[in-house]
Amino acid sequence: MTDPHKEPRKSLNFRFRGADVALNGFAPRATLLDWLREEAGATGTKEGCGEGDCGACTIVLARNRDGALTHEAANACVLLLGQVDGAEVLTVEDLAEGANLHPVQQAMVDQHGSQCGFCTPGIVMSLFALYHRGEPATRASICDQLAGNLCRCTGYRPIVDAALETCLGEPADRFAIHAEARAEALAAIADEKDLFVGDDSAFFAAPASERSLAELCDRHKDAVLLGGATDVGLWITKMLRDPRKIIWLGRVAGLDRMETVAEGLDIYATTSLQRAMPRLAELHPDLGEIMRRFGSAQVRVAGTVGGNIANGSPIGDLPPALIALGASVELRHGEASRVLPLEQFFIAYGKQDRQPGEYVRRIHAPRLKANQHYRAFKVSKRFDEDISAVMSGFRFTLEGRRVIEARIAYGGMAATPKRASGAEKALVGADLDNPTSWSAAIAAIATDYSPLTDMRATSAYRSRVAANLLMKALLEVAGGHSATRIGGLHAAE
Amino acid sequence: MLRNRTAIPQVPLEKETAVVHKPLAHDSARLHVSGAATYIDDIREPAGTLHIAIGLADKAAGTLRGMTLDAVRAAKGVVAVLTAADIPGKNDIAPAFADEPLFADKEILFHNQAIFAVVARSRDEARRAARLAKIDIDEAKPAITVADALETGARVLPDYEFGRGDAPAALGRAPRRLEGLLHIGGQEHFYLEGQAAFAIPGEGREMLVHSSTQDPTEVQHIVARILAIPDAFVTVETRRMGGAFGGKESQACAWAAIAALAALVTGKPCKVRLDRDDDFALTGKRHDFRADWRVGYDDKGIVSAYDVMLNARCGCSADLSPGVVDRAMFHAANAYWLPDVKVASRRLKTNTVSNTAFRGFGGPQGMLAIERVMDAIAHERGLDPLDVRKANFYRPGGDKTPFGQTVEDMTTLPSMIEELELSSDYRARRRAIEAFNANSPYIKRGIALTPVKFGISFTLIHLNQAGALVHVYTDGSIHLNHGGTEMGQGLFTKVAQVVAEEFGVPIDFVRITATNTAKVPNASPTAASSGSDINGMAAQIGARQIKQRMVEFACAQWGVTAEEIVFRDGLVLIGNKSMSFGELAKTCRLNRVQLSAAGFYKTPVITWDRATATGRPFLYFAFGASCSEVVIDTLTGEMKVERVDILHDVGSSLNPALDIGQVEGGFVQGMGWLTTEELVFDAKGRLSTHAPATYKIPVASDVPADFRTKLHMRPNIADTIYRSKAVGEPPLMLPISVYCAILDAVHAIRPGSQPRLEAPCTPEAILNAIQSIQTH
Ligand SMILES: Cc1cc2nc3c(=O)[nH]c(=O)nc-3n(C[C@H](O)[C@H](O)[C@H](O)COP(=O)(O)OP(=O)(O)OC[C@H]3O[C@@H](n4cnc5c(N)ncnc54)[C@H](O)[C@@H]3O)c2cc1C
Ligand code: FES
Ligand code: FES
Repeated sequence: MTDPHKEPRKSLNFRFRGADVALNGFAPRATLLDWLREEAGATGTKEGCGEGDCGACTIVLARNRDGALTHEAANACVLLLGQVDGAEVLTVEDLAEGANLHPVQQAMVDQHGSQCGFCTPGIVMSLFALYHRGEPATRASICDQLAGNLCRCTGYRPIVDAALETCLGEPADRFAIHAEARAEALAAIADEKDLFVGDDSAFFAAPASERSLAELCDRHKDAVLLGGATDVGLWITKMLRDPRKIIWLGRVAGLDRMETVAEGLDIYATTSLQRAMPRLAELHPDLGEIMRRFGSAQVRVAGTVGGNIANGSPIGDLPPALIALGASVELRHGEASRVLPLEQFFIAYGKQDRQPGEYVRRIHAPRLKANQHYRAFKVSKRFDEDISAVMSGFRFTLEGRRVIEARIAYGGMAATPKRASGAEKALVGADLDNPTSWSAAIAAIATDYSPLTDMRATSAYRSRVAANLLMKALLEVAGGHSATRIGGLHAAE
Repeated sequence: MLRNRTAIPQVPLEKETAVVHKPLAHDSARLHVSGAATYIDDIREPAGTLHIAIGLADKAAGTLRGMTLDAVRAAKGVVAVLTAADIPGKNDIAPAFADEPLFADKEILFHNQAIFAVVARSRDEARRAARLAKIDIDEAKPAITVADALETGARVLPDYEFGRGDAPAALGRAPRRLEGLLHIGGQEHFYLEGQAAFAIPGEGREMLVHSSTQDPTEVQHIVARILAIPDAFVTVETRRMGGAFGGKESQACAWAAIAALAALVTGKPCKVRLDRDDDFALTGKRHDFRADWRVGYDDKGIVSAYDVMLNARCGCSADLSPGVVDRAMFHAANAYWLPDVKVASRRLKTNTVSNTAFRGFGGPQGMLAIERVMDAIAHERGLDPLDVRKANFYRPGGDKTPFGQTVEDMTTLPSMIEELELSSDYRARRRAIEAFNANSPYIKRGIALTPVKFGISFTLIHLNQAGALVHVYTDGSIHLNHGGTEMGQGLFTKVAQVVAEEFGVPIDFVRITATNTAKVPNASPTAASSGSDINGMAAQIGARQIKQRMVEFACAQWGVTAEEIVFRDGLVLIGNKSMSFGELAKTCRLNRVQLSAAGFYKTPVITWDRATATGRPFLYFAFGASCSEVVIDTLTGEMKVERVDILHDVGSSLNPALDIGQVEGGFVQGMGWLTTEELVFDAKGRLSTHAPATYKIPVASDVPADFRTKLHMRPNIADTIYRSKAVGEPPLMLPISVYCAILDAVHAIRPGSQPRLEAPCTPEAILNAIQSIQTH
């Protein structure tokens, strides 16, 4: 913000109901849902939980990205109002044209896809996002899109059918027809200026460059850094915290890129979980499946890879998966930057190796070598959109059929994502063809961890499953003929 | 890729109908999909509307010593703080036994019980202020679980039992015996729209309350009781609920009463919409049970004696538990003839939120126990569980339920089971599964085919009544109102179909209006699956009165006989004359014919004397059957439902599209109850699964890709509206086949063993069941 040509912009700009909206007086912690329902009088979008889990508040954000107009479903309840900067906000009320329902709406009526109707606006918007993906939908892709939309009445079958009937490929609705004009309207409100709404005591800021970000971080060491708000949003709606200074990373140029480098993949912090999914899947299909089961489409679209690391959660999915892979993290403060092995970032419960003013900039995930085998498993009460009871990642380096190195990491087993040092050691020298040589390592899990009992699982279950997952990983890598999974790879035929 | 297999079938009919029996869309479908359907929180707020948040107890048991609310009162935006002392009437929201206050004033009954309410200019301000209270509770040791309550011996109501013969003696004589304990978890309703009420004060002491409730009449009574005003001063209106499932019957009263109290005190419109976490904490759920069972049978698996104790955790007060636990008992035999039988129950009191109505109303728990027993017998005998079930069905000479009602329709269910056994290819799949399991050490499959027999009628006999109000206007449009409420089940559509059929007009002539205690008084809750049975009848009776007057008038006016008058397609054919329905209505008015009527219906035949346990509590039974196949991972306990086939009995369906919705939706909800939905209370009585982040209802991918639902449509033998059958609750019990299929898969690890599989079958419960047979 020292650049005189770049005075920060003082108002939030977005498109709503076909017009430009500029807001300069709003609480930094205001959510999009409250703005819609309480300020804009748009009550079509519902609140079912206020914590990103039910999808009743689903809206669609259209943005210009990489030369195309994208449509992504997001949860308005945990999206801060400031995060819609530069986007077109589409809600359920936008879809019909007079008496003519949008194809997804009409299909929902034809298939009897609503009963009480309370989930329906959110479901319609999720299907609208799917419709605009431009690919023929499959049952699997529909279920993935709907994982964050709870319906307590219908049993989903008619909703899935409505999607199968309408999401056939190229979108042909009036939003597609007017895509060019809509993209231009968005381009017209876009700029490369920093955004700063408020004053030095309370603000919503969205720096446009790493330089501005560094300055802001320095000036306001007490500010909350905001990735996608899929955690921070809940601090506000559930814990009723009142963060007064918010620095949103979502506009920092280049901080959302992914780069293939010689030894693997660099993912920069604000890359959304959704965009990271296919690239991580390339590293290993298990990582793709972990990402598919990560939250829901809405959560993955908003949530960032950096946020999943920075929040230091002991039950986050990416840390154990990436630690096992041998990932590292780059932290940055102004021009100063340091890189550490990912496991070292997590010091204790709620405590990460991050200095005030520092931010998570980049995660490096190495590619597997020819003699390395990787597995990752997530165990939760429900397959989709659930937090892990136990999350696990394994990387075995082999010489012939012998394990010469093992990296094993679990989530949900300790106060931080943590490596199983005892099991790792005990596995060195184990023979894949001799399961008795695995036993010491499997038994070591019991001494590596003493997990807690909570609402997701008891301590005993966690310990038992953690040991069994190591066995499962070894069974699979050893390559027996027996099915070891109930879905996806290695599934029971 | 499997496509939709659920085509909407046609109802086989003897007599052609124009509107009834047709698969019409839900009346609000177009509003739902465009976000234009109005729920409580969407009602346009009059200027000055205030918002309410609830202040909660942070202990599960003890005595309230005092509270410091100064900081709450001083908080930004706060207009009033309400406690028990502000209630002009009785601090009592219990439906019958005066055992639950609106605000705790002395004894703390459960963790997060309501103690006060904050009224503020915005909802956000109210919520923030509510957290500033200092509550001083002299903490006592809470009783949380069934086991705790058995130890304290506390009950909300006396124990109750009924039976036939001498079950203990017959058990002694039986060639084979088994016994077991089955823990059956509760269930949170998770209606997508949380509890909400909006009270608007009128002149004098009048109060209009918009409430998201299944029971506007009860809400009216409670509001009047709290405010100390006559019922006639209170009007309760409910246009629609965003889901209810039993959770907005008694459980809707407190919020309406608080909103009304706030409106009375402030003189302003006041709204309360519970935050989801508060909703979980503050409202009752499905009862969890422990069923202690003993069964005696012979070598063929035929039962001679059954003795079951249903230990029901009722929570802190009686609420609707009398009916819920009775219904569990009524369903303890499900579809089976049990010669000597004893069904006993305990209504346990704990320091947890008072458990309440939930789709099935106890029936599912009673039924799950006996189905578990059928599997136990089959496993012990090495028989196919389906064969054991079939061998025990009601049969000639064995056609009486444990409560003495004769099962008049003994053939429908067995024939449905035969049909499903064939259409699901059960036998071949069982063989394939056995072959698979023999070669798969880690992944196991299981299959089960189970029956449902569910009694229809309120077992509280006086509730089996309904009223409707029908007006015909001079343009032919029809205003329809009845005591039933719309919660998504499509009741309003079905009742409108009945009325449209009566007048021979298209459905859109009928204007469906919000349930309102000022239009149809003294209504029963929309519950017990009775909605269309009783309200459909009442509306038909009302419509027929008007039609009768129109016919009589036309006969006199145009000199024809009643047989010469036909109402069809919006027209009335009178001899060789034809006019629009509106024209006839207008002519009637000019000739001073009354075009408004109140219909009233009471269910015939049913009786129930609880003291002697005799009578016929159910007008009829609704039947169903389902076959589920699952696969489990024996290393983690994870489970997936792979295929489900359903055949469900709806009589001559009023609307097959809506009925399929009830069947599929009920199945998935029941599947959640038995699989992923786990309520966890910690030792201090705190519900730790208090939000969708921790309480997991099924999502789209949990529904089997291969999901085949078929309606069984034969006219009801009972004289119901168009010979249809109730369909709200019965499908919830269909997924007992999922539980049994999981048990089958676990059992496959060690055939002949008796795994201990608790419900819900979370991965942990399944792994525990596996462990229970591995360590033997
Ligand atoms: C419905 C739902 C489902 C979920 N499911 C899963 C799941 O399956 N698996 C899982 O692991 N998690 C899950 N989560 C948690 C959450 O979505 C993830 O942890 C997500 O990655 C957080 O990213 P975010 O960008 O939204 O973080 P935010 O909420 O924006 O921030 C989280 C924390 O990280 C800090 N932060 C963010 N970015 C940076 C940065 N670059 N540098 C420094 N600090 C930063 C913030 O200050 C804050 O403290 C779920 C959440 C919800 C609401
Ligand atoms: S309201 Fe439930 S996800 Fe937003
Ligand atoms: S229709 Fe009621 S929650 Fe989906």
